[in-house]
Amino acid sequence: MRPKTTSQAGTFESSDVIFLIEPLPQDSGRKIELFSTVLHQYGESFNKIVVEMLDQYEITDIHLIARDKGALEPTIKARLETALRRSLVMEEGILV
Amino acid sequence: MKNFKKRRTMLYIPGNNPAMIQQGGIYGADSVLLDLEDSVALNQKDSARILVRNMIKAIDFYDTEVCVRINHLSTPFGMADLKEIVPLQPSAIRYPKTESAEDIVKLLQIIETIEDQHGLPHNQMTIHAMIETAMGVQNVFEIASKFQRIDAITVGGQDLTSDMNIIYTPDGAGIDFARKRIVMAAKASHIDILDTIFPDVNDEEGLRKETEYAKKIGFTGKAVINPRQIDIIHEVFAPTEEEIRKAYRIVKEFRTNTAAGIGVFAIDGKMIDAPVVHRAEYILKLANIEIPASDSLPDY
Repeated sequence: MRPKTTSQAGTFESSDVIFLIEPLPQDSGRKIELFSTVLHQYGESFNKIVVEMLDQYEITDIHLIARDKGALEPTIKARLETALRRSLVMEEGILV
Repeated sequence: MKNFKKRRTMLYIPGNNPAMIQQGGIYGADSVLLDLEDSVALNQKDSARILVRNMIKAIDFYDTEVCVRINHLSTPFGMADLKEIVPLQPSAIRYPKTESAEDIVKLLQIIETIEDQHGLPHNQMTIHAMIETAMGVQNVFEIASKFQRIDAITVGGQDLTSDMNIIYTPDGAGIDFARKRIVMAAKASHIDILDTIFPDVNDEEGLRKETEYAKKIGFTGKAVINPRQIDIIHEVFAPTEEEIRKAYRIVKEFRTNTAAGIGVFAIDGKMIDAPVVHRAEYILKLANIEIPASDSLPDY
């Protein structure tokens, strides 16, 4: 699956992360950029969570930027899921 | 009480704030209310819903009761909230702006359908009806008494004053009738009743006074918007040492007299009967004191 539109989710607040997503041309693969206040301690596990979720949604051709301020795993997953659903136009229960 | 739970404080936590949610269990409130309604911006409803779902699954809230306030079913968000939250079976779902028994019938139909889809029982998660309109106040007894799953009702003072086109004043004059009517409906239905928030987090004396008043007229607890307010409310609702000693003595004497076939007796010249014993037992529960089922209780 390929993102349909640019999207974002999350905030710049402490314990949160903001994800920015933009679709890339077909067959571009994944381009992931992570900026984190705890990159050295948790960068590897953060990347693992992101890749697993992109695999789960079968996402390719995506440019994903994450700016992390020490988010826990459930927050990372929630914000990425929200950004992905928004980029795939799969949200439910929103203002239309 | 249907099932005794300490609900002296219920801390509102905005559903889109991960820092506050992840610390929800350490503030010391009896309950936390993860809010998907008024504290979440309209364009962030999806984000909050997904965050709350993930947090409930992953975070340990220790002994704190976890409740979720959903959006009303008349909004574009209510149904999606239920689909996300009901499968998690938090301790309770709070339904805002409840105005009639029909509102609860409709809500329960949807909840039970979702529970059936997930093979969940219908008697685990309870409902807290929030009364915050004049119509809700008028219909509160029917709302409180008709449904086994409702185990608490709450007053939403800010919305109620808005609905009544009056200004909230520190003496609470405008909503005093509503408070007392709602308390009486809860008492008649043997369920908990939580007072509205105290909006000024810097006015500790005002909070104490309002909580003392709420306790005096029968509330079992109060909603909280800042962790700083928790200790003050717990202090007010805590029974005094004198009350605890007296309650213990009443329960002890009651057991002794019941065993001897005596229904009504006196302590210090005052008649003790079933309602007094019931009140004494409630005070001991509030004080976390369990009296062992023994004929020979020690004196204190």
